[in-house]
Amino acid sequence: MKLAGVSIHKSIIEYRGFFYLKLAAGLVLLSVAAYWVHQPLAGPNGGTWLGYTLGTIGALLIVWLAWFGIRKRRYGVGRLLLEDWLSGHIYLGVALLIIATLHSGFQFGWNVHTLAYVLMVGVIVSGAFGLLVYLRVPALRTENRQNMSLDDMMALIAGLSKEIYQAASTLDDEVGQLVQEADQRTRIGGGFWRQLSGTDPHCATTRALNKVRARAEQFSGADADAARQLVTLLARKVELLARARRDVRHHALLKVWLYFHVPMTVGLIAALLIHIFVVFLYW
Amino acid sequence: MVERYQVAIVGSGPCGMSAGGRAAERGMNHILLERTDHLSDTIYKYQKGKHVMATPDILPLRSSMPFEAGRREEILQAWGDTTKNLGVNVRYNAEVTAIKGQKGNFELTLRAGEKIVAENVVLGIGLQGNLRKLAVPGGDWSGVQYQLDDPDEYESERIVVIGAGDAGIENALALAKQNTVFIVNRRDEFARVKEANQKAILEAIEAGQITCYYSADPKSLTPGRLVLTVPDGEAVVECDRIIARLGAIAPRKFVESCGIVFPNDSAEALPELSPRYESNVPGLYIVGALAGFPLIKQAMNQGYEVVEFILGNDIKPADQPLLEEKFRALLDRGRSVDEIIELIRTRMPLMSGLTPLQLREFLLDGAVHFPKKGEVVFERNDYTNSFFMIIDGGAEILIDPTNPAVRVNLGPGEFFGEIGLIAGRRRSATVLSGGDSFMIECPRRSMIKLINSVESVARAMNEVAMVRQLRTYLSPHLTNEALAPVLANAEIRYYKPGQVLFTEGEPDNGVYLIRKGSVTVARQIAGRDVIIAYVAAGNYVGEMALLNQAPRNATVKAAINTEVIWMDSARFRQMLDAAPELRGEVEQRLLTRLVEGETMKARPEAGNIIQFLVEQGVGEATDILLIDETLCVGCDNCEKACAETHGGVSRLDREAGPTFSGIHVPTSCRHCEHPHCMADCPPNAIHRAVDGEVYIDSSCIGCGNCSRNCPYGVIHMASKEPPKAGLLAWMLFGFGHGPGQDPSHKWGQKKGGDGPKLAVKCDMCKDLPGGAACVRACPTGAAVRVSPERFFSLAELTAR
Ligand SMILES: Cc1cc2nc3c(=O)[nH]c(=O)nc-3n(C[C@H](O)[C@H](O)[C@H](O)COP(=O)(O)OP(=O)(O)OC[C@H]3O[C@@H](n4cnc5c(N)ncnc54)[C@H](O)[C@@H]3O)c2cc1C
Ligand code: HEM
Ligand code: SF4
Ligand code: SF4
Repeated sequence: MKLAGVSIHKSIIEYRGFFYLKLAAGLVLLSVAAYWVHQPLAGPNGGTWLGYTLGTIGALLIVWLAWFGIRKRRYGVGRLLLEDWLSGHIYLGVALLIIATLHSGFQFGWNVHTLAYVLMVGVIVSGAFGLLVYLRVPALRTENRQNMSLDDMMALIAGLSKEIYQAASTLDDEVGQLVQEADQRTRIGGGFWRQLSGTDPHCATTRALNKVRARAEQFSGADADAARQLVTLLARKVELLARARRDVRHHALLKVWLYFHVPMTVGLIAALLIHIFVVFLYW
Repeated sequence: MVERYQVAIVGSGPCGMSAGGRAAERGMNHILLERTDHLSDTIYKYQKGKHVMATPDILPLRSSMPFEAGRREEILQAWGDTTKNLGVNVRYNAEVTAIKGQKGNFELTLRAGEKIVAENVVLGIGLQGNLRKLAVPGGDWSGVQYQLDDPDEYESERIVVIGAGDAGIENALALAKQNTVFIVNRRDEFARVKEANQKAILEAIEAGQITCYYSADPKSLTPGRLVLTVPDGEAVVECDRIIARLGAIAPRKFVESCGIVFPNDSAEALPELSPRYESNVPGLYIVGALAGFPLIKQAMNQGYEVVEFILGNDIKPADQPLLEEKFRALLDRGRSVDEIIELIRTRMPLMSGLTPLQLREFLLDGAVHFPKKGEVVFERNDYTNSFFMIIDGGAEILIDPTNPAVRVNLGPGEFFGEIGLIAGRRRSATVLSGGDSFMIECPRRSMIKLINSVESVARAMNEVAMVRQLRTYLSPHLTNEALAPVLANAEIRYYKPGQVLFTEGEPDNGVYLIRKGSVTVARQIAGRDVIIAYVAAGNYVGEMALLNQAPRNATVKAAINTEVIWMDSARFRQMLDAAPELRGEVEQRLLTRLVEGETMKARPEAGNIIQFLVEQGVGEATDILLIDETLCVGCDNCEKACAETHGGVSRLDREAGPTFSGIHVPTSCRHCEHPHCMADCPPNAIHRAVDGEVYIDSSCIGCGNCSRNCPYGVIHMASKEPPKAGLLAWMLFGFGHGPGQDPSHKWGQKKGGDGPKLAVKCDMCKDLPGGAACVRACPTGAAVRVSPERFFSLAELTAR
């Protein structure tokens, strides 16, 4: 979508005509070319001049990438939009994977150096996952919401609950019991996995719907009308609940990956410091 | 025996009380009549602990009563003490219901039927009017109150709120937190209230927090038991307390019943007064807010002065030093303030209908400029909306943006700036000073007040404006001869939002040039009205039928309050024939519209979006924050950015507000063409900057009027946040609150610091380099600021 000449339907990927992709690609190409040309005696490793250069670039990139967490919270400053920073963050973050791998010369082992590398890969992978979420989920969420907010949905659900009680009030106790259970035991959200799954296999309202539906044919006359109305209302509520749960799932998806991305970043920086310290200590 | 006094003062607000104090000091035989059982009801009703301001700072206080900025309680205390010490003769619970008679022998009737005779009357009853009382049997129960100071005072009570206006809703919502609340609504829906309030109350009712009686009217009351008439009979509510918010009756009727004449029916009209505050009824004086002076200090000064005037003492008004300051440069050349005012009055035909008091007050608001020849006064596309009068020298208006040589020269006595003032949009031309000039710049608000209270000003301005608007919006090259026939029967027409200018299928009945507001153009497609265009001020509609010689092919409705210049078709056609250049242009525009119409017909979604945005008030916006929901990841960084750059209080609420077709309109200022918030700000603290930002300056006194007047609920009252620990201290050690983390940054939870509560709203970060912080802090580019002209433009809508 174009809004007032500003393309706002362009994702962070295409931002500024792939400027940051080009920047990152240039950096990677240069590094790969140097790695290709440079043939040290002991085989490629972190200790050659190219190793040091790539290592320095990698370390600076990590610091810069982690700085994003600070920059994001410094408001009203700087000439670039946060969008610029994020676009750069993404492409240079991926570039880092290649540069750091070249820096390592593919020498891995059970040591702090490899730990730093693994943490870095962890951050990058979680970042890539986050990016996918950022690109996909907002559109899904919008579609699921149908111009309502979660609060709107909750209000509708609360309203339906009342109507359901009313519709059930003329029917027998068993139905009354089901409806009451459905109202009291139905949950939206909940623990970590429940939120992420976006469904509830034990949804009390769904159960009530199925049971009432199965019993509906036993009623006759005015009761049959009431039962039909009850089934309709329950079905509407089930549908709304499903939507609300999906909304919770979308919300959780948008947040959850950061709980990996950020702590691992902290770990990475610690490991990186030790890595550098150790290298210079045993020089 | 009726009591007789030299002067009776009605109302003990700042002005009445100050008049009483002076009268006592001067030993006059006086009486001060107050409706309530305390002094100064308006101030008494301020929120507890409110910090009262003494603006304008440069205006000296001239009163027998003390007054300086401070807490409400202290000020009331000081006034109470001084009133006693000076021996002011106050009578409480003495509402005046009628004033008859003439100078030397006025007869005042009190509510209880008692009569008082006075030689002179000072009317200082303010603007707050009479609160409507609960008029049912038993309505005088002590559990009925008409005001709610502190909702947190009540707990576990059953409370009935009567009245479903904004005040009633806000009270009900606040009380529902700790009490069982019922709200009584006369209608079957919540109409004519702020959208945010409507939504909140409906949600609360839906969620069972508040019980609403619709289409209900109070019938009778016994202590603790309210009977309502409801559609299916009667309902009885047991209650501990009743809050009745039934609105107020404006004082105008009462004032008119005393024989005082208002110049017209406009709600903003003020009674005409002499420089001694005397009304058209000799011996009957009007001071304070009722006379159009909305601040405490002004009111107190007038109270003092009016007593001196009654005593025949011709003192200079206390605002004299302000005017002297203003005219300093001219005073140095040996003229006196009075001479300058007289000069302005005689030079400016526009001002000749003003009384000297009106002119004085008007000039107090104005700014004096002495631009040199060729100096720029304002530039085309600036967003300022003040009005300029040329007293000396002249002005050159560059009417053709493509050719700076095409100029119109104005001389002394003429004015300019009215087009921007009327349209509320960008300046349509650049203006240079035509010599070494003396100009007066009047702010929008005082000018609007003047237009609404002085008929002659409105008429004179419209006459000139019409010619200029036609030239500006049609073609700068139109000659007076070509325009004359059209002008001869052109007229200004006013439309309310949703009102129809003309309907599809109607015969052609004229051309409409929009000079203020905007309209939507809709066409019947498959039996449904589909919006095909949005047309803003500065454009015309209705030319299509005229050129095609066919019936109207679309229905045009006002999107907001709109003013048009209506022109007769036959005469408009003649004008086109005489001006081939214009004809070509009109034809071209017609063709564009035909093409656009076809595109829109094929894309009804685009029309639906226009419809949605117009409903959200985007039509009157100059700049609005929109969020592309399909990009927004819900990180709230925009809100945090706003809070962090504005003293800890976010001026935008991202989640709130409606969404349509993936476009979300958050609760955030629209920087309206004609900002409703400006309407009655006592210190005139709300302005529009050159780039269009509507902002509040430091002279805000925290009265909350703007927050009530803004239909979009985007202004709220907050104190400044205490300073926070640094960002790194928070990140590394968890000191203090993180960005936007303070609970008070959230809408509605306005804890904040302890300082005075002032109005806060979006200022588009005008003081930050680089533009709006919200947009700059959005990581995915979902938040954008746009102006409606561009947003509504077809190309952008259909590119979706
Ligand atoms: C919330 C709020 C905050 C404000 N804050 C400030 C501020 O900080 N600084 C500032 O300078 N201004 C402030 N103002 C504006 C200020 O309150 C008014 O300008 C001022 O009160 C006007 O004084 P007045 O004497 O003309 O009228 P009022 O103060 O309105 O007094 C009128 C009095 O007349 C009485 N009365 C009315 N009708 C009758 C009748 N028929 N018979 C007998 N008595 C009658 C009323 O009971 C009342 O006591 C604020 C206004 C509001 C609403
Ligand atoms: C070693 C490399 C990286 C480091 C150190 C790093 C670090 C960070 C940090 C500190 C944040 C801020 C989180 C916050 O405070 O909200 C962040 C955000 C983010 N990162 Fe990374 N990152 C790296 C690589 C990547 C990569 C490769 C991608 C994508 C492919 C990525 C995508 C993101 C995204 C989408 C955000 C969220 C932006 C936002 O919501 O504001 N990151 N990263
Ligand atoms: S505060 Fe409200 S009325 Fe004032 S400009 Fe903003 S949106 Fe318009
Ligand atoms: S800005 Fe608002 S609160 Fe402040 S003085 Fe003006 S109207 Fe009152």
